[in-house]
Amino acid sequence: MIRFFASRLARAALTIAMVVTFAFVVLRMSGDPAQIIMGADAPPEAVDAFRAAWGLDEPIWVQYLSYFWAILQGDLGRSMRDGRDAIVLVGERIPATLALTLPALLIKICLGIPAGIYAALHRNSLADRVVMVMAVAGFTVPSFVLGLLLVLVFAVQLGWLPSGGQESWRHAILPVVTLGLGGAAVLARFTRSAMLEVLGQPYIRTASAKGVPWRRVVIGHALPNAAIPTVTIIGFMVGSLIAGAVVVESVFSWPGVGRLLVVAVGNRDLAVVQCVLLLVAVTMVCSNLVVDLLYGLLDPRLRAAPQKAA
Amino acid sequence: MKAGGALLEAEGLVRRYTMRRGMFGRAVDVRAVDGVSLRLERGRTLGLVGESGCGKSTTGRLVLGMESPDAGSVSFDGRTMPAPGTAAWRALRMRMQMVFQDPLGALDRRLPIGAQVIEPLDIHGIGDPAARAARVQELLRAVGLRPDQAARYPHELSGGQRQRAVLARALATDPALLVCDEPISALDVSIQAQVMNLLVELQERFGTALLFISHDLRAVRQVSHRVAVMYLGRIVEEGEPDAVLHDPAHPYARALVSAIPHPGRGGRRIVLQGDPPNPADRPSGCAFHPRCPVASARCAQDVPPLKPRADGRLVACHVAHGDAAAGQGTDRQEAA
Amino acid sequence: MPEAPLTVAATLAPPPRRREAMPTLVIFGIGWLALMLLVAVLADLLAPYPYTALDLRNRLSPPVLLGGGWLHPLGTDELGRDVLSRLIYSIRTSLLIAFGATIIGAVVGTTLGFLAAHFRGLVEQAVLALVDFSASLPFLILALAVLAFFGNSLALLVCLLGLHAWERYARIARGLALAAGTQGYAAAVRGLGASPWRIYGRHVLPNIASTLIVSMTLAFPEVILLESGLSFLGLGVQPPQTSLGSMVGYGREYLTRAPWILLAPAVTIVLTTLSVSLIGDWLRDRLDPTLR
Repeated sequence: MIRFFASRLARAALTIAMVVTFAFVVLRMSGDPAQIIMGADAPPEAVDAFRAAWGLDEPIWVQYLSYFWAILQGDLGRSMRDGRDAIVLVGERIPATLALTLPALLIKICLGIPAGIYAALHRNSLADRVVMVMAVAGFTVPSFVLGLLLVLVFAVQLGWLPSGGQESWRHAILPVVTLGLGGAAVLARFTRSAMLEVLGQPYIRTASAKGVPWRRVVIGHALPNAAIPTVTIIGFMVGSLIAGAVVVESVFSWPGVGRLLVVAVGNRDLAVVQCVLLLVAVTMVCSNLVVDLLYGLLDPRLRAAPQKAA
Repeated sequence: MKAGGALLEAEGLVRRYTMRRGMFGRAVDVRAVDGVSLRLERGRTLGLVGESGCGKSTTGRLVLGMESPDAGSVSFDGRTMPAPGTAAWRALRMRMQMVFQDPLGALDRRLPIGAQVIEPLDIHGIGDPAARAARVQELLRAVGLRPDQAARYPHELSGGQRQRAVLARALATDPALLVCDEPISALDVSIQAQVMNLLVELQERFGTALLFISHDLRAVRQVSHRVAVMYLGRIVEEGEPDAVLHDPAHPYARALVSAIPHPGRGGRRIVLQGDPPNPADRPSGCAFHPRCPVASARCAQDVPPLKPRADGRLVACHVAHGDAAAGQGTDRQEAA
Repeated sequence: MPEAPLTVAATLAPPPRRREAMPTLVIFGIGWLALMLLVAVLADLLAPYPYTALDLRNRLSPPVLLGGGWLHPLGTDELGRDVLSRLIYSIRTSLLIAFGATIIGAVVGTTLGFLAAHFRGLVEQAVLALVDFSASLPFLILALAVLAFFGNSLALLVCLLGLHAWERYARIARGLALAAGTQGYAAAVRGLGASPWRIYGRHVLPNIASTLIVSMTLAFPEVILLESGLSFLGLGVQPPQTSLGSMVGYGREYLTRAPWILLAPAVTIVLTTLSVSLIGDWLRDRLDPTLR
């Protein structure tokens, strides 16, 4: 188990190192940041001074090493626009994003999983069909379309809710609903198919054939087994808490990390983009790690697997 | 030993696999093949017998050069085997071919068998298209298929017919050596004899040398000129098939022979005790000693070399050579 | 067109009678996709106006169904550009990008998967590390980062989206090639002396083609959604070119006054992704039930 843990940890570290390297390579391949930031008609002396100030005149591998070193120390550079620390800039936005993504996650789980389980248990019923239609719609309707439709109905036509901004909790309702509905559909579809697969297994039929009450079969056998694949997808959702709302934040002008990222991309504020990239990668890798370990707890076979390689 | 026209000579082949437990687990060296030497004359058959996991299939792949040995060497027709995947290696495939256990797996199920039989000729650029087509017809007839079956897909043929198609493909370039890895064990018993007879017939007709790998001592005896018994990566006994079958010298060979159901003889069967062999956890000394009914103290320490007895048979056993007195082993049991 | 969402509901609503229901939806999907392809190919013939033509006297004129005239059946935008014409050209752009990107992803992924299976060792580890890397970042974030660094161009956008699902193909191609290479037909053909080109091109690829095609069908709608998302954010297709996503993005400004600008492309996106998903699910059930 410790070995399993260690190997997962090493892979996670490797992945993060690759993200850092990727950011660096892409950053340096994309042209001369000094020229881009200062503009094409900036005086050469000013450009040189800028380069010296940002360490852009060093050999590339020195830049790479110092870049890596700085990141290890938690220094993610400063915004090339206003000179503030990128990590502070991003950090300020995290609460706003979490204010959307956490309630949305709750909606996804509370709506998606029961709907999926119910649909699987009542296969081919009206409820099942409704869930499936909703699930397909949740996948095929892009979040910006859903968001704008909600704005059109609830803000423009009915005037019940504000269409954008972050003044009160009422402003959060539409974006949270947009995020939650889409994710709930995905989760419902996933839970349903995981559940159906488990219900088709021989041990379920055996249990119900030998007279175990159906409720107990479902609660005792089917649900824990169907939980295994579902945990993966929830892990992915947790991993994207920080930056899972890029499009929705833009639709509702919500000042979160996603909005910051889009604006930074537009402005080519590379330090901020890198910082978001790294933050997202770390969150994602960490949640994958937790999912892997949860797997070990949920599935005794996986827990035993590393031991019996022979 | 001088080469003297042997088609195939393998010297001291060793093949290790490293097995890891998890990404950072302890690496365990598994010796699948541990010092195997063998020699095959043109047009002759060497049978290789042993239970599954004894390294006989790995030996077959090493001999064909499908993978490289960690130690030892293979020479074919007096020349060293080129490294796998090189142009020289690929060209050599014309002269040596393999027949697999599972004919359905060995055939591409998206192509009719005619296209697959012709493929070696295409690969090695033998003959013009018309000659190739004629050769396919000839090969199909030789293995007992109808020429019109060239248009059939593998799933449309029976197991025996598929194995015939695989044989036709293997023989297309008229190879000097054919390695047959359990060629009949996936077939129905009624078909097995037909395929065995076909092998013997084809060998007479094309003069192909065969390395016949099987766990079935009787099948091996039927086709082989010599037979080698393998246990845990080593050859423990080698000699004439009839001699080995009638008077096995190595205790393991004896157990194998006694396991053959024999209507005429009484039902005295040596039932081996102990764990089945695990190459990852190889016993010291003679690898067979924990299961050997006549093992002595020496067997647990010294590895017995494979050396000739007075009658020319090669045996690797201290007791059989009289170098150690027969002991009691760990277990001995005879069952009715 | 604006009430098209109702049409979706109506099409989905008929009670699926187990087996018969699926084909109805699939037929709808195939029909819609064929229509879209036709529109994309014949865009120059079908579009009543060039997509940049201004009609300043008829700015923000509503579509026929909302009381507009037949001059502009789907209405016009803030500059008096014909929404129908822009929609037609947007369909062409979006489909072109989605097809190009899907094919690039399949080719890159399959090639890397084969390389990993063929060379094993270091190459395989490198490919698997790359797979891990792509799985660790939400693709939208990665795409945004690359666009931030390199700026936009149509070619870059297509290549970038092409990387979207590459790791899926790589994983499939590697797994199936390894399976074929250990004991199966690929090992047999290798033993015949075939070159790697022959092994992978003539034997392995045809054998795994159906699985790859199903994966492509499942990835295609995702690419459309990504492209439209990026374009919606103003970071994808750039004006004067237009795509379904960028139409929604620009139409958003006129959400209150002229919702038709936005609804027409939005409905098209939804119907197209829906169609391809339906076809993909159906193909998966038919051709390759082992896939997920």
